[in-house]
Amino acid sequence: MSAGTWIIVGGSSAIARACARRVAAAGADVVLAGRDRADLEHSAADLRVRFGVDARVTEFDATNPDAPAALVAGVQQAARPLNLLLAFATMPEQAAVEADRALLRRGFAVNLVAAAALLDSFAPLLEAQGAGRVLVFGSVAGDRGRRSNYAYGAAKAGLAAFVEGFGARMAPAGVSVTLVKPGFTDTGLTWGKRGMALAASPESVARAALAAVAAGRPVSYAPWFWRWIMLVIRLLPGRVMRRLSI
Amino acid sequence: MSALRSSDWASRRVAGWGRALTADMALARPERVADIGRAIAAAGPGGAIARGGGRSYGDAALGAAGFGIELGRLDRLLAFDPTSGALVAEAGVTFADLLAVFLPRGFLAPVTPGTGFATLGGALANDVHGKNHDRVGSFGDHVLWFDLVLASGETRRVTPDSDPELFRATIGGIGLTGVVSTLAVKLLRAPSTAFKVRMAPMAGLEPFLAALEGARAAAGYSVGWIDGLARGGALGRGVLETAEFADPPQPSFRPRRRLSVPIALPLVKRASIALLNRFYAARTGQTGQERIVPAEAFLYPLDALGNWNRLYGRKGFAQFQCVLPDAGAAAGLRALLQAPEREGVPPALVVIKTLGIAGRGYLSFALRGVTLALDVAMTGRTPALLERLADIALDHGGRVYLAKDAALSATQFARMYPQAEKLRAVKARVDPDGRFCSAMAQRLGLMATRA
Repeated sequence: MSAGTWIIVGGSSAIARACARRVAAAGADVVLAGRDRADLEHSAADLRVRFGVDARVTEFDATNPDAPAALVAGVQQAARPLNLLLAFATMPEQAAVEADRALLRRGFAVNLVAAAALLDSFAPLLEAQGAGRVLVFGSVAGDRGRRSNYAYGAAKAGLAAFVEGFGARMAPAGVSVTLVKPGFTDTGLTWGKRGMALAASPESVARAALAAVAAGRPVSYAPWFWRWIMLVIRLLPGRVMRRLSI
Repeated sequence: MSALRSSDWASRRVAGWGRALTADMALARPERVADIGRAIAAAGPGGAIARGGGRSYGDAALGAAGFGIELGRLDRLLAFDPTSGALVAEAGVTFADLLAVFLPRGFLAPVTPGTGFATLGGALANDVHGKNHDRVGSFGDHVLWFDLVLASGETRRVTPDSDPELFRATIGGIGLTGVVSTLAVKLLRAPSTAFKVRMAPMAGLEPFLAALEGARAAAGYSVGWIDGLARGGALGRGVLETAEFADPPQPSFRPRRRLSVPIALPLVKRASIALLNRFYAARTGQTGQERIVPAEAFLYPLDALGNWNRLYGRKGFAQFQCVLPDAGAAAGLRALLQAPEREGVPPALVVIKTLGIAGRGYLSFALRGVTLALDVAMTGRTPALLERLADIALDHGGRVYLAKDAALSATQFARMYPQAEKLRAVKARVDPDGRFCSAMAQRLGLMATRA
């Protein structure tokens, strides 16, 4: 079977880049979708030069309701099976979200609505090909509503429920769906923030995420130890949670 | 979509590779080329300096005003033409990465420094040389063009012909003209993934120099190791390594083991240096030997031990490297080798090579002659030693390598690099407000003094 194609949406993020290199190293073609075309062209060139795969760029703006259907139409010629990776997100500061309701709406629109619509748009194609893998990046922020980040967390919690159900829908067709929740990762999003000494490299998150995909796991933390950290945090009583400034 | 935040600043204490000089810096780490210009604009008035692998030993990549722009995340290969060997890549690509990708395809960087952790941008900015300088010149000699993000935020593609002065000011220009985002460099055809290395014992300085001279024409690569503790008639004794690409088929090598020094651990002392020197000489034997070595192990011997700079303890170390013109090199080298003992600072590692033609940059290090590098632990007496060594180099018409330097005075520098004035003139044109500035640039008097 051919290694097929990975469609990577939100392809400019450091984690998406690391994932793209891993799947291309395994021989898959890659379609990088996102807003920053100039940057994505650099990544696509890198995949072609390093791995000799077909890599190309297509525009995708998560705030555009027509974007999912356009993406599906644009990848019809790609080598099968198609695999889908969702790595786009917006994460403004909670304080900024509280000050600006448009930011609140935009967060849900991008992190939850656009991701759900994109998955839904690909469902017929995935079911028809009867194979393929879907990897969605969620967040540990979705495991509890935390004072410091609950708007973002709520969207990611909604996404987690959607992905779980979507996985149940895809399973009979032989399509695996995996939600990976990275902990702190050393990317542009966390650069310069405090307490990031133990942040994982994007490469290690990509390795863990794609291992979870290969194993067909529905949910996985990356790196692995976040599973235990989040188990503790999920078990905290609400009273305690309210007092923690996390 | 991720919000663009990668030009935010992270506060870090940053050290040169020698760990003796440090600076508290605010670092930006662009993940997209377009973010470089944003970081330049956002840096404070004292200006920023680009950083690559962090392998320059002194303060070449330490910010004078504390702002640094790390290029390590810009590590993408953009185009490769197997007919010409021309590679286009972002500046943060490392030599180790290049070797892993291209050696199996029969290509290698024409010039590589002694560590694979250095970046292409750093190699350009320091106009680095390798163990094959007599044959191929410096890194800058193989650069076809580069994209330079200027103080204004404008990106300009610079070729040797489009703006010869800006080209020559940037090659070897230690980052003072702008930030190189992308560059094109011609790779060399590599007939094999391994080297045939011949190690020959050298009894003293005179025979060593004669053998190095012979190797200039006869060998593809050559490098000498000197026992820095040897005195008297044995002064300058050591081992000459000459190498060629091995004939295929090569044996299959075990993957290189990677160890790392976890903490500052002051193990480099006179006794351990003596032990290591004896071990190295014994391994070579009386008559020398020949071995087939993977390219990585030959080109980057010290990379097998991560953070080896911690072996000098918390005070760190200095590497002094200078080049002396062929005429008078023997007398100069003798003086250089004798100086450490006079100051009571035993050199831990002493490396000697020959260099060929001068580099293209105004501040390029290379000139035809012999280069000597000495690693010494940082002690109270080390600064005096470094000053003395630089004076010896000056007395013999030589100059110190800025990629290694932590100690030159502005006066010594001006005598060693007479073309510095041309760099200043270009800088006045493309960076009149001094948006690019390093601690080294200030120390060496490279920044314009305001009237």
